[in-house]
Amino acid sequence: MASKYSAFQLFKEGLKGHTGWEPAWQDKSPSPSYDALVIGGGGHGLATAYYLARNHGLKRVGLLEKGWIGGGNTGRNTTVIRSNYFYPESVALYDFALKLYEGLSRELNYNIMFSQRGIAVVAHSELEMEMAARITNAMQINGTDAELLNREQVLERVPLLNQNDDARFPIFGGIWQGRAGVARHDAVAWGYARAADKLGVDIIQNCEVTGFLIENGRCAGVKTTRGEIRAGTTGMAVAGNSSVLSAMAGFELPVRSFALQAMVTEPVKPCLDTVLLYMGTGTYLSQSDKGELVIGGGLDRIPSYGQRGNPPLQEEILSGLLEMFPAFGQLKLLRQWAGIVDVVPDSSPVIGPTPLPGLYINGGWGTGGFKAIPAGGWLLAHLMANEEHHEISRPFDMDRFARGRLIDEAAGAAIAH
Amino acid sequence: MMQRFSCPFCGPRDETEFFYGGEAGNERPEPAENISADRWAQYLHMEKNENGRAREIWVHLTCGEFFVMERDTVTHEIYKTEAFHGEQK
Ligand SMILES: Cc1cc2nc3c(=O)[nH]c(=O)nc-3n(C[C@H](O)[C@H](O)[C@H](O)COP(=O)(O)OP(=O)(O)OC[C@H]3O[C@@H](n4cnc5c(N)ncnc54)[C@H](O)[C@@H]3O)c2cc1C
Ligand SMILES: [Zn+2]
Repeated sequence: MASKYSAFQLFKEGLKGHTGWEPAWQDKSPSPSYDALVIGGGGHGLATAYYLARNHGLKRVGLLEKGWIGGGNTGRNTTVIRSNYFYPESVALYDFALKLYEGLSRELNYNIMFSQRGIAVVAHSELEMEMAARITNAMQINGTDAELLNREQVLERVPLLNQNDDARFPIFGGIWQGRAGVARHDAVAWGYARAADKLGVDIIQNCEVTGFLIENGRCAGVKTTRGEIRAGTTGMAVAGNSSVLSAMAGFELPVRSFALQAMVTEPVKPCLDTVLLYMGTGTYLSQSDKGELVIGGGLDRIPSYGQRGNPPLQEEILSGLLEMFPAFGQLKLLRQWAGIVDVVPDSSPVIGPTPLPGLYINGGWGTGGFKAIPAGGWLLAHLMANEEHHEISRPFDMDRFARGRLIDEAAGAAIAH
Repeated sequence: MMQRFSCPFCGPRDETEFFYGGEAGNERPEPAENISADRWAQYLHMEKNENGRAREIWVHLTCGEFFVMERDTVTHEIYKTEAFHGEQK
């Protein structure tokens, strides 16, 4: 079993030429049955497995991943963490996640490199400034940090921005959240995996769920490429594949799958020390520790399960980038990729029981679920262990669609991710 | 490279001229006053969200016509496009 990471251990291992490190988690084979089974080895699934053991003391927890852990959207996203949402339900959810993120490196004994460098969302007209003020007010009332910036304050933070008088999207000001930031995405997956493994969770890779065991109308486990596995309670957190799993279980979800793309440039000297999003172009970016600019934008226009981005949207994102930073026109792109995200009509997640008793879902995070991983895992674990909602997940139950109580964040927050 | 879709009326055009309208065959339940909240939510929001071959409604923004397109949502291969005459249940 992996030992505790510390500066002392690093020093000690260094003296031995770093030959003594043990694997951070064990690659297990499936047991025939578990008390709790989690489908999907992304951040949400891994966090769920961890909290099932850590918060609820479950001893026999299994996690099934069809590929390798963190190989889905958790390893493909642009790692922005923030809680600048509009509705109280959303702020309660995302700020809960942000608070857990603030203590996560210590909690997991794993450096997730959470850098709270702040996010600036830039507005381009008087009208957008009023929207920005409205969101800032809502955030403050909901108890999270937010500040309204004027033009000078934006430029102070990001001096390289396009300041030309004839800019298509002139800078009027913006919204600032100082506690927002970025983290190392793989480290979030690996940190939860290592901590879960330490608590006895079986992490099983290369094991695809192909169906559900349904007995007396209840989910009794799953069929997989490595045999049947029985479970007392089952949870799924499979992002863009949510509808594929729900079809196996016999119900539909309010989910449409799309590709969301991102790209990085060649590394350059430090030139951007916040996360930045333009309301006008929809393009957003941050600079990684290696110096690459990590760039993202909106969804592709075509529903898709093809894990690659479409050229028209790539062009849109890049033309947005050049409008924001004309100087970046000289940079070369190193990589471009996409993940399949599960988009819900009100841009809020679906967390709760499913029409198949004994099966719970954490999904529908669409373009923005990395920032929610600690909360998503906490809440799904709570549901699976107690068979009832935590007060924070209650509003995100699928029943909101029939009740008409949508939490329409796309319109409220005017932000892509 | 940009993909091209074929409008049944105008022929092959760039994908950016088209807009996705929804899954084919999702007919509005009638009469509205007899429809349960669950059935209505199903009609409005629930999706098959097919992985593979799918039958969908698209609109060609340039000419304004709605039509049916059958394509593979993984490979993006297009099987056929045809004029939309209203779907049978
Ligand atoms: C380009 C891009 C940029 C993004 N940027 C941000 C951002 O800046 N900030 C933010 O908060 N969010 C962002 N997101 C969204 C975020 O990445 C996701 O919402 C989040 O990672 C979802 O985590 P997850 O654990 O639910 O899913 P995933 O990490 O996708 O994990 C799901 C796992 O389930 C597995 N699986 C699927 N089907 C099966 C099966 N049948 N059996 C077993 N396993 C299965 C998959 O292999 C996968 O590993 C971005 C997404 C993308 C694609
Ligand atoms: Zn046409």
